[in-house]
Amino acid sequence: MTVETVSDAPALRAGGVTKRFGRREALRGVSFEAAAGEVVAVIGPNGAGKTTLLSILAGIRTPTEGTVSRPPREIGWVPQQPAVYGKLSVAENLRLFARLERVADPDAAVARMLAQTGLADRADDELGVLSGGNRQRVNIAVGLLADPPVLLLDEPSSSLDPRQRERLWEFIGALAAGGTSIVFSTHNVGEAERYADRVLVLADGEVLFTGTPRALEEVVGGDHRDFEAAFVRFLHERGH
Amino acid sequence: MRWLFLKDLQILRRSPFLVVLLVAYPVIIAVLIGLALSRGPDKPKVAFVNEVPPGDSSLQIGSQKIDASRYASELFKAVDPIRVATRAEAIAKVRSGEALGALVVPADITRKLQDAINLSGAQDPPTLEVIYNIEDPIKAQIVESTIKARLADANTALSRQLTRLAGRYLDILLRGGSFSLLGQRFDVLGLQRSKATLDVIARRLPPGSPDARAILSVSQFAGLAIDNLDLSDQVLASVNQPLRVRRTVLQGRRTPLDRFAVAVSVTISLMFVTVLLAAGMLALEREEHAFSRLVRGLVGRLALLGEKLVLSAVCAFAVTLVMLCGIGLFVNLDWGRFGFWVAALAAGAVAFGAMGVAMGALAREVRAASLLAILVALPIAFLALVPAGAVTSSLYDVIRFVSALFPFRAALDAIGGALNAGGPGLGAALAHLAVLTAAYLALARAALRRFA
Ligand SMILES: Nc1ncnc2c1ncn2[C@@H]1O[C@H](COP(=O)(O)OP(=O)(O)OP(=O)(O)O)[C@@H](O)[C@H]1O
Ligand SMILES: [Mg+2]
Repeated sequence: MTVETVSDAPALRAGGVTKRFGRREALRGVSFEAAAGEVVAVIGPNGAGKTTLLSILAGIRTPTEGTVSRPPREIGWVPQQPAVYGKLSVAENLRLFARLERVADPDAAVARMLAQTGLADRADDELGVLSGGNRQRVNIAVGLLADPPVLLLDEPSSSLDPRQRERLWEFIGALAAGGTSIVFSTHNVGEAERYADRVLVLADGEVLFTGTPRALEEVVGGDHRDFEAAFVRFLHERGH
Repeated sequence: MRWLFLKDLQILRRSPFLVVLLVAYPVIIAVLIGLALSRGPDKPKVAFVNEVPPGDSSLQIGSQKIDASRYASELFKAVDPIRVATRAEAIAKVRSGEALGALVVPADITRKLQDAINLSGAQDPPTLEVIYNIEDPIKAQIVESTIKARLADANTALSRQLTRLAGRYLDILLRGGSFSLLGQRFDVLGLQRSKATLDVIARRLPPGSPDARAILSVSQFAGLAIDNLDLSDQVLASVNQPLRVRRTVLQGRRTPLDRFAVAVSVTISLMFVTVLLAAGMLALEREEHAFSRLVRGLVGRLALLGEKLVLSAVCAFAVTLVMLCGIGLFVNLDWGRFGFWVAALAAGAVAFGAMGVAMGALAREVRAASLLAILVALPIAFLALVPAGAVTSSLYDVIRFVSALFPFRAALDAIGGALNAGGPGLGAALAHLAVLTAAYLALARAALRRFA
């Protein structure tokens, strides 16, 4: 999308990240970079290690081995399940996290996020009574409050309706255009093809591929109009 | 941390049902347990030593012999006696917890009773010895009240018998009559008739003669005796407590039962409110998935634990202080020790808070955390309240050890000590609570790392 804004130093770099849960290796020596303004999609089958990778990048988990170039405070995080308080209203949730993030002007940040998520008219509703999709919108807004240079989203669109999904990608596109690096995971590989500059294919904790969606299709050959089919064939050829 | 704290208060304010439950439930439980403790079991085990040599247990009252040991059986109506041979053995039984207390009947009891009956001057009253293990005021109270009640019965029976016998002899002495001694009948003239006879004789004698003067002085003496023996009923009634009890306290200081029950009620409330709140509010952070957001640089793990600890401790402290002040309106508490109440409640709340966050850290959801909190809190409370006499001494040692690992016993001692100058040592209990607080915080922190 906005490859022009890429500067020399990557906005985020992971080097040789390995994560073991007991004897199970969830990640094996994963290395990758994301440039400023770049949108990277992490795709792969269930249990591939996508959430594990993103949560290590976000600083929630510590890797067994390997390094992450940025401290968690400089990274925005949108977890797979909405991480917000059901008993607080939309505005209260945003204000609380703005204060915890030590945002300079919390009220202005809240107003900005309410406008961006289109939830201004639900600002005073308790989160517990909101629909799953609206809750996810607040979840995303919380991740954006501090205006971080890198934003990580774990399956952000999974509970959104098509219109909201559209709005989400528009919104993310605008952020990337402003220089924010975006790393997201998804099972909707069509989204990865459409919105990502680069895809990272993870399976069994290993990076099988990194490059543009087009390059992935070229690796497997075949029908270039069906990225999903190409992706499945790619995994199949690699024994997954 | 301030914002998180305010957020939690807001969440609590919006969960009125939860708050009412959280406060009402422990208060009700605590009051019920407090009430139950005020009663105590029916027949406590009491070691019994009879030092009176066999065959030396009878008293001579006038011509009648009564067996004093018969009155001892009065004492056993309400206790389960363990008969032992020596006082030292009895003390050992009490110390080990096998008996709740001991009753020692000294060897000289019959002699002293006999002296008392003979009114032979300023002797020590006949005295029984009661030995308590004071470590737990409930059982001390049980032994004390039981023995007191039984002793009163024994005294009443004994003094009724004494009064009746003595009264009969005095009556014969005063008014005359007949009684039998060693199979022989004696007719007694009686003082009143003796005096009348003497007066008649004196009038017949020439006035001023030495004989008349001698007879008159005897008659005056008889008059004096008659007047004074008329008072004998009152004198006898005052001898209605021939037996006395001497208390020997084996160890520790004592908390009067009502205050002990207050301490138990307040400690139980304090425990439930704090532990449930701390465990629940910490687990809520994880249940709402906010935990992972918070610990990545927004709030340190220790600060998060500290926030939940302070939140739960402040709420529980407020609830129990109000509860204690409310109880103080009905039960006689020493308001001069208010500062100690505050210190004990605060230290207890903080220790329970630390235990609560440890449970919240171990469990991932609010429901699991609450269940864990109740599952752990209830048994430790009951363990800490097991009276020494109720189980074997080795099991009791195990119970004491286990109780020391949880804040309940220490908090109970602290609150008991705060309510009573003579209660358990407040300083030691506060130190114990401080150690437990640090240990549980460390456990909570480790659990958060392990299970995050
Ligand atoms: N806390 C944990 N303890 C043990 N194993 C774990 C833990 N978290 C993840 N795993 C394991 O690590 C592997 C990767 O899990 P992860 O959640 O990262 O997969 P994912 O790619 O996000 O899957 P999905 O597409 O279903 O979300 C899985 O095998 C999972 O069982
Ligand atoms: Mg996942």
